[in-house]
Amino acid sequence: MNARARIAGAVALVLASVAGTGAVVANSAEVQRTSPGPHVSAEHGRYLVRAGDCMSCHTADNGAPFAGGRAVPTPFGTIYSTNITPDRSTGIGDWSEDDFYRAMHQGIARDGHHLYPAFPYPWFTRISRDDVRDIKAYLGTRPAVRAVNRAPELPWPLSVRGAMAVWNGMYLHEGVYGSDPTKSAAWNRGAYLVRGLGHCGACHGDKNFAGAVDKDHPLAGGFAEHMYAPALTGGKRDGLGQWSEQDIVEYLGSGRNAIATAGGAMAEVVEQSTQYLSEADRRAIAVYLKSLPAPGTERQASVGDGTMKRGAALYLDNCEACHMRGGTGQSGAFPPLRNSSAVQAAEPDTLIAAILQGDRVPATKADQTALAMPAFADKLDDREIAQLTTYIRNAWGNHAGSVDAGDVHDMRKQLRKAGH
Amino acid sequence: MARRLPPVDVVLVGFGWTAAIIAQELTEAGVQVLALERGEFRDTVPDFATDTIQDELRYAVRKQIFESPERETLTFRNSAEQTALPMRHLGSFLPAAGVGGAGVHWNGQCWRFLPSDFEIRSQVEQRYGKGFIPDGMNLQDWGVTYDELEPHYDRFEYLCGVSGQAGNLGGVKQAGGNPFEGPRKRDYPLPPLQRSASTTLFDKAAREAGFDPFPCPAANASKPYRNPLGVQMGQCTYCGFCEWFGCGNYSKASPQTTLLPVLLKKDNFRFRTRCNVTRVNTDSTGRQATGVTYVDIDGNQFEQPAGMVVLCAFAQHNVHLLLLSRIGAPYDPKTGLGVVGRNYAYQITSAVDVFQKERLNPFMGAGALGQGVDNFNGENFDHGPLGFIGGGYIALWNTGGRPILQHQLPKEAPKWGSGWKQAMHDNYLTSTSIATHGSVMSYRSNYVDLDPTWRDDYGNPLLRLTFDYQPNEHKMSDYLTDQATKIAQAIPGATHHAKKREGHYSIVPYQTTHNTGGAAMGDDPRTSVVNRYLQSWDVPNLWVMGASVFPQNAGYNPTGTVGALTFWAAEAMKRYLKNPGPLVTT
Repeated sequence: MNARARIAGAVALVLASVAGTGAVVANSAEVQRTSPGPHVSAEHGRYLVRAGDCMSCHTADNGAPFAGGRAVPTPFGTIYSTNITPDRSTGIGDWSEDDFYRAMHQGIARDGHHLYPAFPYPWFTRISRDDVRDIKAYLGTRPAVRAVNRAPELPWPLSVRGAMAVWNGMYLHEGVYGSDPTKSAAWNRGAYLVRGLGHCGACHGDKNFAGAVDKDHPLAGGFAEHMYAPALTGGKRDGLGQWSEQDIVEYLGSGRNAIATAGGAMAEVVEQSTQYLSEADRRAIAVYLKSLPAPGTERQASVGDGTMKRGAALYLDNCEACHMRGGTGQSGAFPPLRNSSAVQAAEPDTLIAAILQGDRVPATKADQTALAMPAFADKLDDREIAQLTTYIRNAWGNHAGSVDAGDVHDMRKQLRKAGH
Repeated sequence: MARRLPPVDVVLVGFGWTAAIIAQELTEAGVQVLALERGEFRDTVPDFATDTIQDELRYAVRKQIFESPERETLTFRNSAEQTALPMRHLGSFLPAAGVGGAGVHWNGQCWRFLPSDFEIRSQVEQRYGKGFIPDGMNLQDWGVTYDELEPHYDRFEYLCGVSGQAGNLGGVKQAGGNPFEGPRKRDYPLPPLQRSASTTLFDKAAREAGFDPFPCPAANASKPYRNPLGVQMGQCTYCGFCEWFGCGNYSKASPQTTLLPVLLKKDNFRFRTRCNVTRVNTDSTGRQATGVTYVDIDGNQFEQPAGMVVLCAFAQHNVHLLLLSRIGAPYDPKTGLGVVGRNYAYQITSAVDVFQKERLNPFMGAGALGQGVDNFNGENFDHGPLGFIGGGYIALWNTGGRPILQHQLPKEAPKWGSGWKQAMHDNYLTSTSIATHGSVMSYRSNYVDLDPTWRDDYGNPLLRLTFDYQPNEHKMSDYLTDQATKIAQAIPGATHHAKKREGHYSIVPYQTTHNTGGAAMGDDPRTSVVNRYLQSWDVPNLWVMGASVFPQNAGYNPTGTVGALTFWAAEAMKRYLKNPGPLVTT
């Protein structure tokens, strides 16, 4: 059903891109209902800019909002986000609505150069024209900041922007989201947000050698910098199979629920973006995510008693004070580890990184403290962290692949390289 | 030459408990607030992280978390005939430096003072007669009552997530709580901490001795807590590293765990660290503060203009700053005239060590995990026949079992070598100690002023402390120790060793960081520095927070009352900001 809807959508999108703007607008009729109407609304744009978490990437540490310059590390090299303030010479003050729409939709800047897909246009291409217009209108209300864009640090041939035309030809599935008439309005709204503005798959999707997300498994879990963003599909252990819709609504609002707490990059996403979504939109996302099927096979692992025993001792000494006996966590304070989909994710990278460098939960309106976990990189060695991680992933009914000292060693190297 | 900075609405000197509360309250009222802190920024992670903080040698013995006497100290003498000398090592008391102040390294013993404490002179005169007050004792009412402070105690307790058991809800006594406490409008936000083996032992023995034990109020969260600002705390793990340590588990209330997550996000709040305020500046009339002068870590001098100045540093530092800035009449012990530096007070403590057979596992503790007895505090008992004023609580605090400093050995145990090791082995798990914690009244002969000889890094005179215990305090403390001994005697199979506080006050051994006074509050400008709202009598846009405003010291740990007074003063400041001027006219 889902697959067929996608194919139908893709066909429509191809037609749309052939037929031009008119068809695209017609195709987004469903989406327009959730937008405020034909009049440009900067206020609505502000909401959308939050939903798209634009500020996170387009603001450097201690930099002016939206003035760009934040380093975005990719497996291929470092790309710097651009100035999207209305400054006429260095920002997008001179861009027309059509220029902005083309950038969002096709990844092509005003002067015709290709943008790199670290800017998530492969997702933003799903956004309706009205919404793109409102986003531009809101950005137009921000203070103009003069900040010259910094060139990306990429090796040849990626340094040649024209190469992106080839990439787009292979991987960009251009076109506004087409609603599925067999699904509810909430489902469609959720799909529109997740697959479009929310660009969830940029982290939670499996990437190929070219950095493109596998279009058949866009939310099956994936690597993002040195973390592993867990699957958002229906897997019982490592996906959202055990989460209720309400669990998802709570998580997006406050960064925590009875099952898991956001950490790492997701803590920032909750702080900057999802906590500002309306409850209706958070619920729409939940409806859509809960409709995703579980992957077919679940990985089995068996862990030796010796490792579990040593892991248990390490857990008692280092973790139990906050995460409590049995990995229950402390409701309202520290995350549970038992039954946690993040802990049992297909890949252990996030967990290893959290133990090595520490982590923190998001500070939100409801929960003001970014409760932090200390770093254990100096206290535990690779073997100990491997044993501990394996234990946490397999204690109290948890079940996930084991970790060896080499994995921890590699992560240390990665984090050092990234300057963490 | 000081560089002049852009003005702010309100400048706070220091960034500990009182500054954090004032900043939160005034920024909510829309005012622009700047805090100047002499120490460093510190936060739970990484500074107090569980994988590094539990280091007794580094923090408790080598005192890395406190102010450094190399940079700031005072001179000390017992009496005016002596020559004061600088305190070169911290000892009797341990003020903090750094964001959060002593609110980072306190235990979390969060009491309300008794209603009678605030009206001590009136009550003593009424109950025992005017002649009962010894010569030279400056006994004073506070100018504020318990009933006025009750809502502010409540706010501080709910801010901190205090664990405890009410003893008096709206005048109705509650079983299991402190029967002597003033009426509270509602219960504590969290239930009491889990009892330990030693506090259970104490509870039983105190009952047998005929007293009324209760769980002491603890700003250590017995459960995960979210305070009214939405700031969260984790459940205390009884790790035993509370006193003199920052908490790694977000369990002990501190500015970091209760206020800063909200405050630091505000656009109208800023703070600067490594800024040592050396003067409060006034205009040519001397009746209006114009801001402060401070020196940064590199020795650069800045003038920070402000519409209002609030002194939020540790007790004696506030007084030092008033004296250096020549605000208010300095106290003259010869004539008894003047107010700044007058009524310095402290507390008097003693202990009864207990050696018994039951295994107590003292290392499972929390800063304010204790069972107390309040039968001999304030006006809870008739001390007319006993011939002294004041009182205190008796408690068994199970704060921890740190090996270097938190152990008890019998009097006859060797002080070193294999005999000492054997005694440690035999007693560590089974010994405990009952503490007494007594009030100290203010006296004409106990005060702080500027030292005529010794100067600090900035060329300013050091503060000089002249203080000794008086016969009234010794008599009271001895009586409290005798009552504590009765409890020790009721523990089955126990031997005990009563350690009374004897002789002159010494600044060397640690006793308590409950230094008070020097900028007393009150109703009479001839005997107080600030009015009942903690506003300077002399300079109405200058306010003084903290225990420096206590006219004398009560028998409890002061932080609860410091917190309540700060909320009380913040309400007054909001009224002042709408309509500036003295809030009390004389």
